[in-house]
Amino acid sequence: MTLRSMPISARIGLAGILFVFACAIFAPIIAPYDESAIVGEVWAPMGGDFLLGTDNLGRDLLSRLIYGARATLFVALSATVISFSIGMFLSFTAVVSGGVVDQVLSRLNDLLMSVPALILALVVLAVLPQNIWILIVVMAVIDSTRVYRIGRAVALDVSVMDFVEAAWLRGEGKLWIIFREILPNTLAPLLGEFGLRFAFSILFLSTLSFLGLGIQPPIADWGGMVKDNKDGIIFGVSASLTPGAAIAFLVVCVNLVVDWLINTTSSLKGARDNA
Amino acid sequence: MTSSIEEPASVRPVPSAVRQARRGNSLGRLVARRILLGFGLLIAASMLIFGGVEALPGDFASTYLGQDATPQAIANIREELGLDRPMAERYLSWLGGIAQGDFGTSWSNRNSVGDQIWKRLGNSLLLAGVAALIAIPLALALGMVAVLYRNRIPDRVISLLSLAAISLPEFFIGYLLIQFFTVQLGFASFPATVYDGMGLGERLATIVLPVMTLVIVVLAHMMRMTRSAIMNVMSSPYVETAELKGLSALRIIAEHAAPNAVAPVVTVIALNLAALVVGVVVVEVVFVYPGIGQYMVDAVTVRDMPVVQGCGLIFAALYIVLNMVADIVSILANPRLRHPR
Repeated sequence: MTLRSMPISARIGLAGILFVFACAIFAPIIAPYDESAIVGEVWAPMGGDFLLGTDNLGRDLLSRLIYGARATLFVALSATVISFSIGMFLSFTAVVSGGVVDQVLSRLNDLLMSVPALILALVVLAVLPQNIWILIVVMAVIDSTRVYRIGRAVALDVSVMDFVEAAWLRGEGKLWIIFREILPNTLAPLLGEFGLRFAFSILFLSTLSFLGLGIQPPIADWGGMVKDNKDGIIFGVSASLTPGAAIAFLVVCVNLVVDWLINTTSSLKGARDNA
Repeated sequence: MTSSIEEPASVRPVPSAVRQARRGNSLGRLVARRILLGFGLLIAASMLIFGGVEALPGDFASTYLGQDATPQAIANIREELGLDRPMAERYLSWLGGIAQGDFGTSWSNRNSVGDQIWKRLGNSLLLAGVAALIAIPLALALGMVAVLYRNRIPDRVISLLSLAAISLPEFFIGYLLIQFFTVQLGFASFPATVYDGMGLGERLATIVLPVMTLVIVVLAHMMRMTRSAIMNVMSSPYVETAELKGLSALRIIAEHAAPNAVAPVVTVIALNLAALVVGVVVVEVVFVYPGIGQYMVDAVTVRDMPVVQGCGLIFAALYIVLNMVADIVSILANPRLRHPR
């Protein structure tokens, strides 16, 4: 898994991801205008002062796109990290403890997964106050059910290995087994899964924002920008397509890297061919 | 790999029915047990949808009346909406009502939720159904083409296109289609509003774009899953044996591969139908289509809980039933799942 062995597609993907991250980090320096400043007429066309035109309130679309990368990446990445922490910790605990703990956690997980993710999010967000941290936690908890399933399957494979048995016989505690024996040996296959969940989180967040339940204005985020400008589409204004294209670009890049990650880790294990 | 609203096949763990099947015995009992499990899940999901909403912080009455409402006014509205009764009692009467088709009344406009749901459910199912009729044969055919030409140009093109398609958000696909077909070509209508008394032909003409969006969304996933399902079967030792003993490609597929591919392929179809049912939510909002998904999203923004809970339950039920059908067909199609290992 060195940089040199990376195929071109994965390099393109990585470059794209780094580009978006750079936009997010250096937003105040790169962006020509402030994200919420009204600088021109409504839905000005591309070109001239505004490289990508303006939005439904006359804000510069390019600036909002650059600032939007911040909110989109921050929320999607936080949600993925939290969901992985929850999902992996619970699934490893289930595997290591076995018995009742495993049964209870797994059945609870089945229950949460029996309701589609988007529907569950809609029901829960209908009750909770609108706040960015609540949004992150809701996304993370819903997504952690998917991580739990995979984490449990992977950890189950590792937990029957001799070195885990040896650790048990040495008298190590459960936490040692989880963090020092199982975790290091599951990281490689779970890395690809992390990318997959990240791509999913970006799409999920954008969908929620598009439905008006994600990141709230005036903070710019890509899904919300599509929603703001959607009435323009019928007049041929492309302002709602640009942020949509940005989402698609980022997710394609993530998927290109994930494809490569999964191929490398699976060829090491010799499993999961052709999938 | 895929990144989707629902799960790709490769990460799907052994279904619970399969786990049970390994413990054994007759086919009828297995199927009955799976149906029972589905029913249990449905009840549990209804508790989750009802109870989860109740247990979460935030009170409708105080949100509804605003910050400076008097405690008396809050108490009044709670009583009016029946929120003062104990939760278990409200849950049972809610569930009892639904069993008779009564979903309660909307908090925001006092209309019957059930009437709205039944009317809109038909619209949504029409959308999902037409999309499924187009997407399923297309996905199966393209999946087989990909297997037939695996690692050659048609396969590469198909997998590249499907990677692109699964990376696009649903609403983006929708707006792209609107931009192209309605704005540039002036060919399809937008918004896709259907109303009572519209003939079937007229309805179908109206929903061309939403159906196309759904087909694109679900096609990519279904194709990738079909491809890997068939590939799995084709790379198995018995197909290799059949090849080595000189059978024609057609006979290999018809006699050896097809019976074994039925279960995974049907699972793929059922899973994607489930994804389709959820996919209508976004597509309906994009196209301003009067379906149950749009009804739910509107209700969520004004926190109209009876509507949210009713729609949520309908979606969950469709999803659970489709997953159950997938499991049952796998049990029926694959004798290996019936016997303990």
